[in-house]
Amino acid sequence: MAEKVLMKGNEALAEAAIMAGCRHYFGYPITPQTEVAAYMAKRMPLIGGTFLQAESEIAAINMVYGAAAAGKRAMTSSSSPGISLKSEGISYLAGCDLPALIVNVQRGGPGLGGIQPSQSDYFQATKGGGHGDFHLIVLAPASVQEMVNLTFKGFDLADKYRMPAMLLSDGTMGQMMEPVSLDVDEIKQYDKSSWACTGTKCEREHHIINSLIIDPDELEKYNFERFERYAKIEAEEAMHDEYRMEDAEICIVAYGVAARVSQNAIDKAREQGIKVGMIRPITLWPFPKAALNAAADKVKTFISVELSMGQMIEDIELATRCKKPVLLCNRVGGMIPTTEDILNSIAKANSVGGDK
Amino acid sequence: MTNQILLSGFGGQGILFAGKFLAYDGLIEEREVSWLPSYGPEMRGGTCNCSVIFSDKKIGSPIVSNPDILIAMNLPSLDKFESAAVPGAKIFVDSSLIDRKVGRDDVEAYYIPATRIASDENLSGLANMIMIGHMIKKTGIMTFENVERAMKKLVPAKKQNLIELNIKAVELGYNY
Repeated sequence: MAEKVLMKGNEALAEAAIMAGCRHYFGYPITPQTEVAAYMAKRMPLIGGTFLQAESEIAAINMVYGAAAAGKRAMTSSSSPGISLKSEGISYLAGCDLPALIVNVQRGGPGLGGIQPSQSDYFQATKGGGHGDFHLIVLAPASVQEMVNLTFKGFDLADKYRMPAMLLSDGTMGQMMEPVSLDVDEIKQYDKSSWACTGTKCEREHHIINSLIIDPDELEKYNFERFERYAKIEAEEAMHDEYRMEDAEICIVAYGVAARVSQNAIDKAREQGIKVGMIRPITLWPFPKAALNAAADKVKTFISVELSMGQMIEDIELATRCKKPVLLCNRVGGMIPTTEDILNSIAKANSVGGDK
Repeated sequence: MTNQILLSGFGGQGILFAGKFLAYDGLIEEREVSWLPSYGPEMRGGTCNCSVIFSDKKIGSPIVSNPDILIAMNLPSLDKFESAAVPGAKIFVDSSLIDRKVGRDDVEAYYIPATRIASDENLSGLANMIMIGHMIKKTGIMTFENVERAMKKLVPAKKQNLIELNIKAVELGYNY
C-alpha cells in the first residue's frame, strides 16, 4: 500500500480526478472550493492536461459539455451559488447523456449566502437540479479518503451509465486535512467510440450530441429509456455505511460532516446505555432506500441530522414508508450541529419512544 | 487515547502552520489525525484558529469544541476558548501578547513569552513554533525526535533553509 499523505479534501479530490484520467478541468473560483481549481492550475500543465479558468461558471460547465462530448473525462467544481449557475448546463449534459463529474463544495444559502459549510443543496443535487426529468448520481464523502475514492467512483459511474455525476461535499470536507492513501482502483475503460465526437475522418457517419428533440414521440422515448437506466442504477448502485447498528433502537441518518459529528454523539449516547446507531448514505442518489426500509422494521425512531432545514428527511420518510417517526436535528447557514445538539435529539427520540 | 487540540491567534501568526506541524507528527506515528482550519473572513487579519485531533480510533467530528490542549496566541482567543476547554485541560498562553492570567482553577495554565523570545532570538514570525515546543514538552504528545522528521515533511524542498530556523524555535520553547 502506498504511503499515506496529509492532504486537504479539496486537493485530494483534485489529485484523485487526475488519477482517474481526467485531463480537462474547467472552473471558476469560489470559496470554499477554490483549492480544487488552484491544484488543477498547478498540476494540469505538468501532465499535458487542460486547466482553464473560465469567464464564468456557465462557461465552465459548457466547456465540460464540449470535452465530454469528445469522449474525454472532464470535470468542473464550484460551491453552491456557482452550481446554480451551472444548472442549465447540467440539464443539457443529462439531456445529451454525457458523462462528467461536477463537484459541489457546499456553503450556506440561499442566494450568495455565506462561506461556511452547509448541506442545503440536497434537493438541488438529488432531484435533478435543472429543468427536465433527470437525475445525477450523487456521492457524499465523509472523509478526505472518501473524497478520493468517490471522485474515482464518480467518474466510473458517469462513464458506465453515460450521465453526469456529482460529488456533493461541504466546506468542512473540502478544507480539512486527513491522512489519505492515493492507492485507488485501476481505471476501467469504457468504449465511447459509438457516440463520442472525435472526428469522422470521412470514414463513418457523424455523431451528433444534442438535447433538442422536437418530436414529442421521440423525446418521450428518450426519457423512458433514460429512466430505465435510472431504475437499474437505483437497484444496483446505492451505497451506505452502517455504524453501531447491530442492536440499535434509534437510527441516525446523516452524511458528510453531519455523519462525522453524529459518530461522536452515538459513542457518547452508547456510554449512557442508549442504543443508537447510524446509517450513512454514501450515494444520495440513488438513495439507500432498501437499507433504511429494512432498518425501519427494527428501530423505533429515526433522526435525520443535516445542515439544512430538513431536506434529506423527506427521502428518509419516503424510503421507510413513514413506518417510524423521523426527527430532525439540524443547523443551517454555515452552523454545524454540535455533539450536544445531536445528543439532545437522541435523548428526545429515546424518551418519546417513537412519538414525533 | 484522543487529544483535541485547538490553536488560536491572529491571522499571520502561523496558527495553521503550527497545526499542520502537529498533524504531520500524527501521520508519522500512523495515528488517526485530522486538521481543520477556520477559513472564514476572520483568517484575513482577524482571529484564526485550527482544530487538530489525534486519536487511536477513527475520528468522528474534526471540529474541536472542547479542547484538552489550547494554545492561545492573543487575548480574544483566550477570552473565547478558555471556558470551552475541558476540566484538566492544558492551556498555553503567549504571555508577551496576553497580559491576563487564565481565570479557571480546574485547568493547567502555562505562560511563555513566545513572541518576545522570537524577537530576541531573531526568529520573528516563529513564536508559533516556540509555543509548540513548549506544548509538546509539557504534554508529551509529540516526541522531540519527531520534530525534525515532521518539519522535513511539512516544509517544501525549496524552502529547506526554513527547517533549521523552525527547529530552533521549537527547541527554544521545549527548553524554556
